[in-house]
Amino acid sequence: MKRYSVFAIAREALRHHTGWERAWASPLPKKSYDVIVVGAGGHGLATAYYLGKNFGITNVAVIEKGWLGGGNTGRNTTIIRSNYLQDPSAAIYEKARSLYETLSQELNYNVMFSPRGLLMLAQTHHEVRGYLRTVHANTLQGVVTEWIGPEQVKKLVPIINIDGPRYPVLGALYQARGGTARHDAVAWGYARACSEMGMHIIQQCEVKGVTQENGVVTGVETTKGHIGTKKLAIVVAGHSGQVAEMAGFRLPVEAVALQALVSEPIKPCMDVVVMANTVHGYMSQSDKGEMVIGGGTDSFNNYTQRGSFHHIEETLRALIETFPMISRLKMLRQWGGIVDMTGDRSPILSKTPLGNCFINCGWGTGGFKAIPGSGWAMAELVATGQPGPLTAAFGMERFREGRFIDESVAAGVAH
Amino acid sequence: MSARLAKGGRLIDRSKAHRFTFNCKWMRGFEGDTLSAALLANDQMLVGRSFKYHRPRGIVASGPEEPNGLVNLGKGDRLEPNQRTTTTELFDGLTAESQNHWPSLENDIGVVNNYAARFLPAGFYYKTFLQPRAAWKHVFEPIVRHSAGLGKAPKDRDADRYEQAYAFCDVLVIGGGVAGLQAALVAGRSGARVMLLEQTGHWGGRAPVDGVEIDGQPADAWVKTTVQALEAMENVTLRKRCMGAGVYDHGYVLADEKVADHTPGDGRPKHRLWRIRAGRIIAATGAIERPLSFAGNDIPGVMLAAAVRDYVVNFAVSPGDRTVVVTNNDDAYRTAIALHQAGLSVPVILDARLTATGALPEQARKLGIRVETNRAIAMVQGGKRVKRVSICAQAGEGAVLEEIACEAVAMSGGWSPVVHLWSHCGGKLIWDEATACFRPDAARPPLNHDGSAMVIAAGAANGALPAADTLADAHRAGEAASKPAGEAPKATAAEEAPMEAVWLMPQGAPVKLRAKAWLDYQNDVKVSDVQLAAREGYESVEHTKRYTTLGMATDQGKLSNINGLAVLADALNEHIPQVGTTTFRPPYTPVTFGALAGEARGEIFQPLRRTPMHDWHDAHGAYWEPVGLWRRPYCYTQGGESHEKSVHREVLNVRNNVGLLDASTLGKIIVKGPDAGRFLDMLYTGVMSTLPIGKCRYGLMCNENGFLSDDGVVARIDEDTWLCHTTSGGADRIHAHMEDWLQCEWWDWQVWTANVTEQYAQVAVVGPNARKLLEKLGGMDVSKETLPFMQWADGMLGGFRARVYRISFSGELSYEIAIPASEGRAFWEACLAAGAEFGVMPYGTEALHVLRAEKGFIMIGDETDGTVIPQDLGLGWAISKKKADYLGKRGQERSFLADPDRWKLVGLETLDGSVIPDGAIAVAEGKNANGQRNTQGRVTSSYHSPTLGKGIAMGLVLRGPDRMGEVLDFPKIGGGSVKARIVDQVFYDKEGAKQNV
Ligand SMILES: Cc1cc2nc3c(=O)[nH]c(=O)nc-3n(C[C@H](O)[C@H](O)[C@H](O)COP(=O)(O)OP(=O)(O)OC[C@H]3O[C@@H](n4cnc5c(N)ncnc54)[C@H](O)[C@@H]3O)c2cc1C
Repeated sequence: MKRYSVFAIAREALRHHTGWERAWASPLPKKSYDVIVVGAGGHGLATAYYLGKNFGITNVAVIEKGWLGGGNTGRNTTIIRSNYLQDPSAAIYEKARSLYETLSQELNYNVMFSPRGLLMLAQTHHEVRGYLRTVHANTLQGVVTEWIGPEQVKKLVPIINIDGPRYPVLGALYQARGGTARHDAVAWGYARACSEMGMHIIQQCEVKGVTQENGVVTGVETTKGHIGTKKLAIVVAGHSGQVAEMAGFRLPVEAVALQALVSEPIKPCMDVVVMANTVHGYMSQSDKGEMVIGGGTDSFNNYTQRGSFHHIEETLRALIETFPMISRLKMLRQWGGIVDMTGDRSPILSKTPLGNCFINCGWGTGGFKAIPGSGWAMAELVATGQPGPLTAAFGMERFREGRFIDESVAAGVAH
Repeated sequence: MSARLAKGGRLIDRSKAHRFTFNCKWMRGFEGDTLSAALLANDQMLVGRSFKYHRPRGIVASGPEEPNGLVNLGKGDRLEPNQRTTTTELFDGLTAESQNHWPSLENDIGVVNNYAARFLPAGFYYKTFLQPRAAWKHVFEPIVRHSAGLGKAPKDRDADRYEQAYAFCDVLVIGGGVAGLQAALVAGRSGARVMLLEQTGHWGGRAPVDGVEIDGQPADAWVKTTVQALEAMENVTLRKRCMGAGVYDHGYVLADEKVADHTPGDGRPKHRLWRIRAGRIIAATGAIERPLSFAGNDIPGVMLAAAVRDYVVNFAVSPGDRTVVVTNNDDAYRTAIALHQAGLSVPVILDARLTATGALPEQARKLGIRVETNRAIAMVQGGKRVKRVSICAQAGEGAVLEEIACEAVAMSGGWSPVVHLWSHCGGKLIWDEATACFRPDAARPPLNHDGSAMVIAAGAANGALPAADTLADAHRAGEAASKPAGEAPKATAAEEAPMEAVWLMPQGAPVKLRAKAWLDYQNDVKVSDVQLAAREGYESVEHTKRYTTLGMATDQGKLSNINGLAVLADALNEHIPQVGTTTFRPPYTPVTFGALAGEARGEIFQPLRRTPMHDWHDAHGAYWEPVGLWRRPYCYTQGGESHEKSVHREVLNVRNNVGLLDASTLGKIIVKGPDAGRFLDMLYTGVMSTLPIGKCRYGLMCNENGFLSDDGVVARIDEDTWLCHTTSGGADRIHAHMEDWLQCEWWDWQVWTANVTEQYAQVAVVGPNARKLLEKLGGMDVSKETLPFMQWADGMLGGFRARVYRISFSGELSYEIAIPASEGRAFWEACLAAGAEFGVMPYGTEALHVLRAEKGFIMIGDETDGTVIPQDLGLGWAISKKKADYLGKRGQERSFLADPDRWKLVGLETLDGSVIPDGAIAVAEGKNANGQRNTQGRVTSSYHSPTLGKGIAMGLVLRGPDRMGEVLDFPKIGGGSVKARIVDQVFYDKEGAKQNV
């Protein structure tokens, strides 16, 4: 496959870009594979990639019912941070964040990781104490974060209103190397790299059933027929409950709609990412100039990929209070995604009751940031059959044991 | 030159001239003009620059589909970026500036991107900027960011206000063209409650411009009588300047009414956001003309044919003396005819079809207009405006046959129904081969709760394009939404011959031409870009859209989507319907954030809850702290003292004299009924059913997982009534929690709950002099004997109807007195007066926290964080061992929670008397498998104790209570550490002597 570079572009320009190859192949499924990954979202593709890269397993198919990256990976607000409170979370999110630092070079695909800094505002005394706790925890976890005062917040975000009449800004938890990346590019970059290793990415192919023999997985029934496999990784986010059912087990996961919106593009006015959990909203400005805004989840379960509109109104109220100048911007697009929420709001990377079948789900409202780390850890779990240090705490048995990894402690919003 | 014609203009009022500025240049227009019309009338062809290549851009359309005419409208606190000129009504004094250029619109440096366009194809940034690594963040990204974006970022707080309103109707008709009017008329006559919305400031839509006749009269006249008829119906509401923005589940529709956009600063709200609940929605949203893809189709002066007609007929604006018309259908001939009738010249009509024999082409020929078939534009020449076109055969590859000088090009590639509102909630589309467009599939509409069609498409929006069909279709839609209504009116217009799909012009255009044929004008996506995406495997229409950014601009691809799709389908060798459309997402056109936020701004951006004593606090130095939606005094400052000093003073005053706390925010929920005791026994970890009347008991509530979620004192009021106190932040949550269980699980239990938090003011009178104060008020016996600790009594206290609870959260002698809310302020002041001689002072939430920490009492949210069970906090005594079950019991029995080696509550005392920093964590030896430092505990509350004169803290520590006296190490942020000894958590009055006096 041709490498991407400025020189390649220059060369191609001379022939009007007629010489570019496909970014990924579009093969017919083989009879069977060593590993099948269900779901070509970021997590599924990254799982496949690290199976190849770290374990040399390349006889792999990633099966996707729609188009790759079309699930939540292509719908999220791309916030990347690792300032989590609990040790297991901080470990896997920081692993992911550090992999993001070099992902563009690694994949030879510009995923536009932009560590432009991320602020979580504290607007009540309670929140101040909570974030101080996080900074203490992060320091011991090796995650670089700091607590900054309101003046420093204002310096980093000139458009912010720190003296709002209801919830003045008392300070913020600051992660200087948190930021954003281009969501589609993450999926496409991994897909291209997987394809280059000879893996099969099979789009428009829905898994309809899981076949097994003596308690061990043997393959999947799909809309393109039966495909055999020695190992199966289920990485389907919002549809985890459905696919798990096909594999014969139940998950402590609920599916709810989470919404987001963007404004029309304007010239750059905010370089960092700001999250305001007390008033519930967060905002960043994309490289196109759109203000990217995230809202809340519905409190009922559904699969429609639409949410209740009042969340959008509430989010905008909160953000206009925080950034008064956005009032005259306009909402350009609004959408929703189905997120998979576990009881403790932390993911599941786990063996399952079905032999050689593994699951990665429950990333809920905040798994984009975890894609490289999750893929890395999941590949290890699938390849060795055993949880490694990054996944050990995320087994699904923790719900039976009561060993929660509860992050809602630290933040109302978990993106 | 584009210019104003001497005569005509059905929408303008020449007697009312308006002056406005564009890029600081004064211009003139008329009442009724859109800003686009006024700009064109002043020969302002160039209005902006495109997003990526900074190409010169002129106005293309006449409605909300316009991709180019975007300006910074207004100034300062009324600056509105990306305002669409085609939908902006002109007013006197309007100021507008073009966008996305530097230093000026005419000379924009960013245009270097244009010359480099060849090196910047779709997706180029995914393939470049890879090395060196740091360069993306520090060099490339800042450049990309700076050259992107469109309008200016406002700096100020918005000067305008916005309103929100609700409406309910049986039939909501969206779109006030002839279809919408007819549908509304039919529904209105049936007696249904009807609402009719039109996004522009006038009724009738396209028909009057297109020369349609209805029931023998000109469309204008029919529109007038129909609007009059509708206005006369009481059950019909008409709203102009009101755009149907989004359709949501269960007939919920958002509509954005531009109330004062055209009269800024007149005191009215700028917009009004309507939230409409409709039984049935009729989408009569018309159709949008498609551009044609030929080289140079983005040069200012190339416009949609119907838009040219609109400007000529509605606003008497000529796009130029000579306009070449290029088309694949008959409708565009109307433009040629309208231009001719206005006295303007049409050098040629280029028709891509092999024949053009319909009535309209015939009429054009009769007028002497040259008509050429199988012809296409090979290339439009010009820079900032059209200079000439070179003509070729459509069937060929672009060999130039002839060149014709002109100032404008009017193009028409056919029409696409506006299917957005149909699609928002899941309505499906079918491909109509004859008119080459997607139209609503009536068999697969979006559904209402009862399975019926929620949206009915009508008229052109339903693909019924010819006027006669439009009206009949709208009549049918009106009937479908209400009831049969007899004959539809008959519309007549010139018969049209079939169009012929043309997706590329000429058909065999080589890559050189394709790289100059624009699909998306604003985002600079060309035919060649879509073909590149397909070649590289971005085959799904969503991939192509995202890879090329086709259709993602502020016009949301209203002009470009179908053309782009067709190019993609061709490149993939598939049929258009197989490729499918991208998702239509709300809003139909962008809606101002301010309108979505509504009145909820500033002080009232969330509901503000105030206690009855609020104003007193405000007048007496309260430093406020938000607690949920409440606002509570954190402390009361006297003179110039710091908050810290105030808290210090307040704490000592409670310990030495008497303090008053406004505890009104405390949750108060009445639980009543024959099964209330049984219910509370399930809700609380302790037993409430056995609580004697007149007594109080401290209770803990857990969630199903076993984690502690709230605490408070419960009082038994009578045989079947309990009053449950919750935390201030917990009242609504706990009430909902109760109802959740009652309604979903124990629906057969006879229990009723009422949240009476706001019905009572509550005052805590706390300190050694508390009893004296109450005795001074008089009226009730509050002695130790009559009202011992953990009892309550009703009575008249100082002339107030009071319920006095003898409970304490500070370790002092303490009473909490509930008073009807309306008397709260008076009672508060009476307490202050009565307590003056005993040293009474109010105290705030922070003193409350310090007092309880000194006493070792837990605080929900500090000692608990959703991961803590009562057993961790030494609260095992509040858990009944006898009960078979309570919420959380099973959860607490799980192995991890039953493990004795958990982090448990202890007191912490620093060796040097300092205060442990909030949130500090105690480290243990070594690191875990992920390289993180091992830990063994953490601080949950940490204060300087004014009473003890040193730092005190509580914390959760691994097996803490078994390790009394051990010293832990708490590293500080930024280096160093604090050492603290594990001690008993009760720092003050361990025996409880003081509260029991
Ligand atoms: C509005 C919104 C905002 C968000 N914001 C952020 C944020 O700012 N930061 C952050 O870190 N995270 C955010 N998230 C969360 C993040 O998007 C997700 O956690 C993450 O993308 C999940 O990736 P995934 O690969 O697991 O799932 P997905 O990308 O959803 O991929 C799952 C794939 O499985 C496929 N699939 C499902 N069922 C089947 C089947 N039977 N057969 C075959 N294929 C199947 C689906 O089609 C899909 O492509 C947000 C989410 C939403 C919805």
